[in-house]
Amino acid sequence: MTVRELTEKQLFHVVNMGNDTDREITKVFCCDLLSIAMGKAPADSAWVTVMGNVNTIAVATLADAACVVIAEGAAVDEVARIRAKEQGVTVLATQEPIFDAALRIHQELNG
Amino acid sequence: MEEAIRLTYDVSPEDFTRAGEASSDVKGKLKRLGVPPDAIRKVSIAMYEGEINMVIHANGGRITVEITPQQIRMVLADQGPGIPDIEQAMQAGWSTAPDEVRNLGFGAGMGLPNMKKYTDEMKIDTVLGVGTTITMTVNI
Repeated sequence: MTVRELTEKQLFHVVNMGNDTDREITKVFCCDLLSIAMGKAPADSAWVTVMGNVNTIAVATLADAACVVIAEGAAVDEVARIRAKEQGVTVLATQEPIFDAALRIHQELNG
Repeated sequence: MEEAIRLTYDVSPEDFTRAGEASSDVKGKLKRLGVPPDAIRKVSIAMYEGEINMVIHANGGRITVEITPQQIRMVLADQGPGIPDIEQAMQAGWSTAPDEVRNLGFGAGMGLPNMKKYTDEMKIDTVLGVGTTITMTVNI
């Protein structure tokens, strides 16, 4: 499933549509500690977190995540939105808890 | 790419909104040079961790990146307080980061271990009260 296909399923609200939306999502990754995410987030993963600050966007870019999903209705601050646009990172958002959001993506990937 | 390409970045102190800019820039340049994605990811992660460390602990610093067809070499130099016990600092989970940094999602004590994990070679030169220079190499 590509990032675009995930957004088209309308499971999540699209905060920012990134540049590389044809890339394949291979895994789901959940973590709120950026230090851990930096070292452990698999490349091409959909990263589910409640951290919606600018550093999340930096980590997603550098660890090469396919997209970020901000769960639990957590806020994505303005600086983060601007950075996501600049860096071309796809950011999605949902009111669902982290586990449920991740499970939905997992089911779509393995359905 | 016959000669080495050299890039220099100044890291601003205590500015978390800009931390990662140098690493992102290097990532973009490596991509355009056709460096394999795996090596790019390693450099990006290691350099970003170093950048964050400089912002948290060392009042900023300077990063020099040298790219040759064989390897990418990063030299991160700061004039911070130095690392009193490198062995302790290298332990996963050990951190002296203040609470406001932890609230941003950092300070889990994974910086130096991640840097080591994602590079082929890492050397730390540190002098208390003078500063720290970390040299990391990723082979292509």
